[in-house]
Amino acid sequence: MKTIHVSTTINGDPAEFICTPDETLLDVLRNRLGLTGAKEGCGTGDCGACSVTVNGRLVCSCLVLGAEAQDAEISTIEGMADADTLHPLQRAFIEHAALQCGICTPGILVAAKALLEKNPDPSDEELRYWLAGNLCRCTGYDKIIRAVQAAAAEMRGA
Amino acid sequence: MALDSYQKRTFKQVGTRPNRPDGVDKVTGRAMYGADATAPGMLHAKVLRSPHAHARIVSIDTAAAEALPGVKAVVTAADFGVPEDAFLRDVQDHCMAREKALYDGHAVAAVAATTLAAAKAALKLIKVQYEVLPHVTDADEAMKPGAPVVQAGRAYENVPAGMSENVTHHCEFGHGDLDAGFAKADHIIERHFKTAATHQGYIEPNACLASVTSDGKAELWVCTQGQFFYRTLCAAILGMEASQLRVTASEIGGGFGGKTMVYMEPVALALSRKAGRPVKLVLTRDEVFRATGPTVSSSMDVKIGMTKDGRITAGQAVLRYSGGAFPNTTVDMGAQAAFAAYDLDAVRTFGWNVMTNRPKESAYRAPGAPLSIYGVESVVDELCQHFGLDPLKVRLLNAATEGTKSSYGPTFPAIGLKATLEAALAHPHYSAPLGTNQGRGVSCGFWFNFGGNTCVSLSVNTDGTVGVTEGNPDIGGSRASISLMAAEELGIPYEKIRTIVADTSSLGYNDVTDGSRVTFAVGLATIKAARDAIRKMCSRAAKIWGIDEEAVEWVDGAAVPAGPNAGKFPPMTLAEIAAVSAETGGPISGHYEVNADGAGVSFGVHLCDIEVDPETGASKVLRYTVFQDAGKAVHPSYVEGQMQGGAVQGIGWALNEEYIYGADGKLQNPGFLDYRIPVSSDLPMIDTVILEIPNPGHPYGVRGVGETGIVPPLAATANAVSRAVGVRMTELPMSPPKLLKALEAKG
Repeated sequence: MKTIHVSTTINGDPAEFICTPDETLLDVLRNRLGLTGAKEGCGTGDCGACSVTVNGRLVCSCLVLGAEAQDAEISTIEGMADADTLHPLQRAFIEHAALQCGICTPGILVAAKALLEKNPDPSDEELRYWLAGNLCRCTGYDKIIRAVQAAAAEMRGA
Repeated sequence: MALDSYQKRTFKQVGTRPNRPDGVDKVTGRAMYGADATAPGMLHAKVLRSPHAHARIVSIDTAAAEALPGVKAVVTAADFGVPEDAFLRDVQDHCMAREKALYDGHAVAAVAATTLAAAKAALKLIKVQYEVLPHVTDADEAMKPGAPVVQAGRAYENVPAGMSENVTHHCEFGHGDLDAGFAKADHIIERHFKTAATHQGYIEPNACLASVTSDGKAELWVCTQGQFFYRTLCAAILGMEASQLRVTASEIGGGFGGKTMVYMEPVALALSRKAGRPVKLVLTRDEVFRATGPTVSSSMDVKIGMTKDGRITAGQAVLRYSGGAFPNTTVDMGAQAAFAAYDLDAVRTFGWNVMTNRPKESAYRAPGAPLSIYGVESVVDELCQHFGLDPLKVRLLNAATEGTKSSYGPTFPAIGLKATLEAALAHPHYSAPLGTNQGRGVSCGFWFNFGGNTCVSLSVNTDGTVGVTEGNPDIGGSRASISLMAAEELGIPYEKIRTIVADTSSLGYNDVTDGSRVTFAVGLATIKAARDAIRKMCSRAAKIWGIDEEAVEWVDGAAVPAGPNAGKFPPMTLAEIAAVSAETGGPISGHYEVNADGAGVSFGVHLCDIEVDPETGASKVLRYTVFQDAGKAVHPSYVEGQMQGGAVQGIGWALNEEYIYGADGKLQNPGFLDYRIPVSSDLPMIDTVILEIPNPGHPYGVRGVGETGIVPPLAATANAVSRAVGVRMTELPMSPPKLLKALEAKG
């Protein structure tokens, strides 16, 4: 299969890769660029573990082709902290014990950040519906909701 | 009572909520899970799976696949031996079908190639000739005479003659005179229940990276709940010596019991051995559903008699569990647990295991118990409705307590059931008003808990910090709990300790992370390893002071002379002793090995409020509260997390999750879209109340908390739904179509 050369921006830095036409953005991130923070839980867009943003829009990277990254701005979990300073969401997840196994955590953090950028003060209901595409099997979501709300409050105050 | 048993104490660090040591790695995407590792020259593997529920494998032709450019190895059952041991043979046959494919999705061949695309293309070139056989996926059908036989000649000796060959195991527990008990009852209710098989639903698909070299050494990187058990199984299947196979547990993306068993790891090792290169094998979600995990399904008859003032006079349960195409004994645990919450004069449970053409069951959080307890707690609820009695007060009236002869034999030591029931009764949730189409359900839950083989090493570093090496994968924050217990015992800050999970070459054997055993057993071994190190540090201080080591004791992280006769010396801290260890006898470390017992049983009580939409049959959980005895909550946030997570898995089991088989015996819903686990918008907050009734068998009173939480939700949810709609629901899941049908039948 003929490969495609793609120039893109990932977490603010220029990046280039080649991929086959049927290769997903998730495969490219994980297998060609070494960004294994996004996880493949299903490969069908049902679990949200592979969540990233493309030009600010929250997507399942398993449902996006690598070739679609041309000239786009991609943000992944690896770009969420500012060097060694964690994002308030990341800090809140640790402090509120909002993760157990942690496999869904990168996707949920990326999704929650995307929500708070649109809506800095979501209700629990809005938050629960926004995160309904991100499956977590360990926590029952309780501590995740609390952690996102705590981070949102801190970010509104900041 | 042993010297290491529970002693009342005031804790300084245990019971606090510090940040977990693996937190930053997990929120930054740095944590390495099963599919995240690579190796030089690594190949990618794919597995070919049976499209038939039951078929004889007539022949497999791999020549065309092997000839495909990029393909480096193809394996089938012919590449493995035939283990003599029946258990091991079943494990291997489950990983790679031999002679017969026993279920839809059963592995029949595997390929390793330079690219995943080449491996996938090669699968299409493998020619398998099947002779399709009649199949059976329902346990009741499989028990009937004349049902298709899944495997012949597998019944244990305890199965009476003349039954279907699919019946492999029978068990019976209980005591007292059932007939006399039922004769005393004012009312008897007998109900038939049925529950579907469900999957653990871990979000991380099973994944491994195997590397076998030509000198017979091997490495296996794998997401597992038990690297040592995986080593035992893989080494036996591959004919390797344990010392030559090093298994490293990756971070694990959920297991819940499902990652206590090998599925494709021996296949990856066989491919690597044949190809002479590292092989990565990652399952797809479809494969996870079709060929790993699931729980047993059940078909049950429960009969209970009660007096009009709420005393249970007799209880009986007949359980028919099916754990797929291989024999298993999970029904034992269901039969033992069914009536564990009750103090009964007459109780009897009968269990049967039945083979069906479904994947081999794996453990799922308190395996076997949620089903039988669902049946019992549903009938108790219906009896309470019949007499107009309060369901919590009836449970209190009949509750097992210290000294009760349990329904499965042993007499209970100190247990927390009554305190847990009283906490539920006093909680505002229980008296909150309910609206139209709403119901409140109550259920008790029970789990045995387990101790098991455990080994911990603790090293005192010369800078005054401490490393703890343990052998159990951390699936819910256990490294934090272990560090807390080491900090408590040593008397140094939590932050000075780092706990890591060792590979199989770095520590003695540790049983799997299962049975809610880690905080209990690894905690116990950590405390004892710390005490071992403390003895050595006291000895070093004694040497420095020139006094007997018996004259030194450990207080608040320092050696001090034990009383005025020992001499006057200022305390020597752990850091001070460690700094000069090279001059006093060399490195200081503590060890402890044990096959731990005394795990201490665990009880929980759940309250569930549900509203049912009569138009759609959809159930919405409005409020949910979990009450559970933790003995001592070492890190309360992670105890709450276990209670909440278990409750929500149980809610999913009750309301939506099920393996759906078509008439062709194929699994119809092998994906998260159609196998619907709870999502955040389905749920309210899950409130938790932790009770602390110390476990007499642990130095800090700890009981395992991981499994009990999944036991009560099935009945708590079913009782809430049944009360909301006025129809007794006796089948799980109570998915909207089923509930709507029940509502329409009611009229």
